[in-house]
Amino acid sequence: MLTLSRWKIIAVTLSVVFGILFSLPNVLPQKTLDAMPAWLPHQKLNLGLDLQGGSYLLYEVDTEALHRERLSNLMEDTRTQLRSEQIPFGELNQQGEIISVRIGDPARYNDALNLLRKNLGAPLAGAIGGKDVSVSGKGDNRIEVRFVPEAIKADAVKAVDQSIETIRRRIDSLGTKEPSINRQGENRIMIQAPGESDPEKLRAIIGKTAKLTFQMVDETVTPEDMQAGRIPPGSEVLPGDQYAPYYVVKKRAIVSGEELTNAQQQFDPQSGNPVVQLTFNASGGRKFGEMTGRNIGKRFAIVLDDKVLSAPTIQSAITGGSGIITGNFTVQSANELSLLLRSGALPAPLNVEDQRTVTAELGADAVKAGSISLAIGAVSMFVFVILAYGLFGGFAAIALVVNVLLIVGIMSMTQATLTFPGIAGLILTLAVAVDANVLIYERMRDEANAGRTPMAAADHGYKLALTSILDANITSLISGLIMFSFGSGPVKGFAWTLVIGVFTSLFTAIFITQVLIGWWFKTAKPKKLPIA
Amino acid sequence: MRWPLIRYIPRATKFRFVRWAPVAAVFSAILIVGSVASLFVQGLNLGIDFKGGNALEIAMSRPVPLADLRSAMNQIGVHDAQVQGFASQPNSAMVKFLPAEGQAPSAASANVERELVKRFPDLKVTSRSEVGAKVSGELLMSGFKALGVALLLTLGYIWFRFGLSYGTGAVVAVIHDIVLTLGLLSVVGIEFSMTEIAALLTVIGYSMNEKVITFDRLKENLRKYKTTPLRDIIDLSENERLSRTIITGTTALLALGGTMVFGGPVLFPLVFTMVFGIIIGTYSSIYIALPLILVWGVKRNDDDATPVKFGAASRP
Repeated sequence: MLTLSRWKIIAVTLSVVFGILFSLPNVLPQKTLDAMPAWLPHQKLNLGLDLQGGSYLLYEVDTEALHRERLSNLMEDTRTQLRSEQIPFGELNQQGEIISVRIGDPARYNDALNLLRKNLGAPLAGAIGGKDVSVSGKGDNRIEVRFVPEAIKADAVKAVDQSIETIRRRIDSLGTKEPSINRQGENRIMIQAPGESDPEKLRAIIGKTAKLTFQMVDETVTPEDMQAGRIPPGSEVLPGDQYAPYYVVKKRAIVSGEELTNAQQQFDPQSGNPVVQLTFNASGGRKFGEMTGRNIGKRFAIVLDDKVLSAPTIQSAITGGSGIITGNFTVQSANELSLLLRSGALPAPLNVEDQRTVTAELGADAVKAGSISLAIGAVSMFVFVILAYGLFGGFAAIALVVNVLLIVGIMSMTQATLTFPGIAGLILTLAVAVDANVLIYERMRDEANAGRTPMAAADHGYKLALTSILDANITSLISGLIMFSFGSGPVKGFAWTLVIGVFTSLFTAIFITQVLIGWWFKTAKPKKLPIA
Repeated sequence: MRWPLIRYIPRATKFRFVRWAPVAAVFSAILIVGSVASLFVQGLNLGIDFKGGNALEIAMSRPVPLADLRSAMNQIGVHDAQVQGFASQPNSAMVKFLPAEGQAPSAASANVERELVKRFPDLKVTSRSEVGAKVSGELLMSGFKALGVALLLTLGYIWFRFGLSYGTGAVVAVIHDIVLTLGLLSVVGIEFSMTEIAALLTVIGYSMNEKVITFDRLKENLRKYKTTPLRDIIDLSENERLSRTIITGTTALLALGGTMVFGGPVLFPLVFTMVFGIIIGTYSSIYIALPLILVWGVKRNDDDATPVKFGAASRP
């Protein structure tokens, strides 16, 4: 085993070169790094947010709120459909997942059933001829309408995907450096923004639903009605602007933010106040034109996230496909609103589940503390292992250095995140790596004492210790992989360090020392093992 | 070259480990009862990772006046306000609290920050965390699930590799380690966070490592000395492994020692747990895992007992 076969020497040399090359960018100053030719590795360790500072946000997409909204829209649709065919109905209500309605005229019951079956809901993706709404007749002239379970699930998935897209657009427009936005679990979104230490700014932009709709003001409701809570079905009360504390508006939106193609901050030519200019797509422009044409002299409400921004009176049909929204804007708030409108509305509200920030300053302190403890740990290990085994201990120490280089190199190359606990994991990995050498050396010693020649003893040391080393590392690997698959955040980083460490330790503890000891046997031709 | 330490470690020790195992068992049993009692009475000091809540880490240009900070927190009117100083870093401190009913966690943090800066103009918030109650519960569950799965898989591996009585011995010993570690955390009141789960998993890893290494030697000796009583072979294997155990344990402790002293307050709980885990893992290998094999006994001189080989070099 101690014969220095060519492939062993090549493997060891290559790994050393690799380790040095790939971990070098971490110690070189940025200027030198920039001047290096492109084929050399440039990647530094990817420090976790706890080490470099930054923000971590975990949002939950409130898919239930989305579902509630869809249900209430479905109820409105049922009402509109039945009204449009003048089918008398009553007892339209929603109980849990089910919307139920009673048809007033039994003769038209089948008409109603067919009408609702035909016009309600949308085709369901993935199911041929299937619809996302099921309409079923119950005795006693009742009809029940509900969403099919697949539709509810698909809605939730779509909402999360759409939210991720929207968030990405919003963050990109902020210019935050290399944010990572990922889905986590079923309805969570994780955002990591390294270097961004003002999470409030991030949150203000990300968390806004920015759902913009244009809804007609319900002029039939007098202020007295409103006070007494007499709101007709199909209308709702929304908090208002500086002119009126509350508005009653029709629930049905005429045009919504999804039909926008652009939004920009501008100044109102008449008043000089900041406003937001909107441009609609073709269908949105047409709807907007129709609505304004039909309702001249009436008021419509511009509603953002269930709040009325303003409720202007329509002077003339607005047909150009663009319009402005006024409100109590400053230049900054008008800019912010345009940004939100441009990037699109979130399909559902987001709830913050977890939010963490570390300032870059504290991050730098953490790096310093981590490096110092790593250095002290490593140096004390070197000293101890050399004290314990002399020359062979020195070989083990060299293997340790290569081990560190390899771990740092692989982590830089794969851009695995190094976290604070990861540094602790690194230290423990080194400690366990020494164990492999200890096992080998102990075996050599046993074999030498049993009367073998130094060469044979050394050889058998490697052979006999291998099973134990493999067993031990496989168990480590198991717990590392478990941590990696179950853990999150810092634990994942820790686990990754451990997994990389298992492989590099096996390699360095066995091969590097073997080549060094083999070479020593060749040159020194010892009569006695130095550790026997 | 007279200095290699290994010469001074006695080569052939003859400690009667097994003889002391009953004493150790009583000792461990007492500790386990104590740990479990403490876990029930005092519980773990769950950090905001697992309990939810807000935490602000603050820094000042002078030593933080903890008492003033505490009374300021009480005036601000949040629930469960805790102020914690760090002995090694007097210029910084940690403030934890629960937001008032119905208040958004981030708004609560912003409010507390504003109020604190008003009272202490040189105060700076260096890190802030707000964890919702829901996600924290899930984290705790997933953490313990990870512990359980890791344990089961390693049990499976040892069973497959050595046999059932070894596997049982190892798992009982490792559960012993986990319970004692949790007990210690509960008694000392160290905050239990996500990184503590990582530390526990490392404790499992190290402890399993110890067990596997001794099992390996035991198995080999069982084949070598076919007629020697099992109890003597266990003693022999442990004695043969003693110098390795001492050296590896010392290296591990030395490596972590640096972090314990210089790693700062954030890393301290993690390293503290690991250090305890290394000590207890070594103890339980010698006094729990191996003696337990004696209780259940092993098949000897049996072809079934041949170890599975992973392409490793065969034994002579």
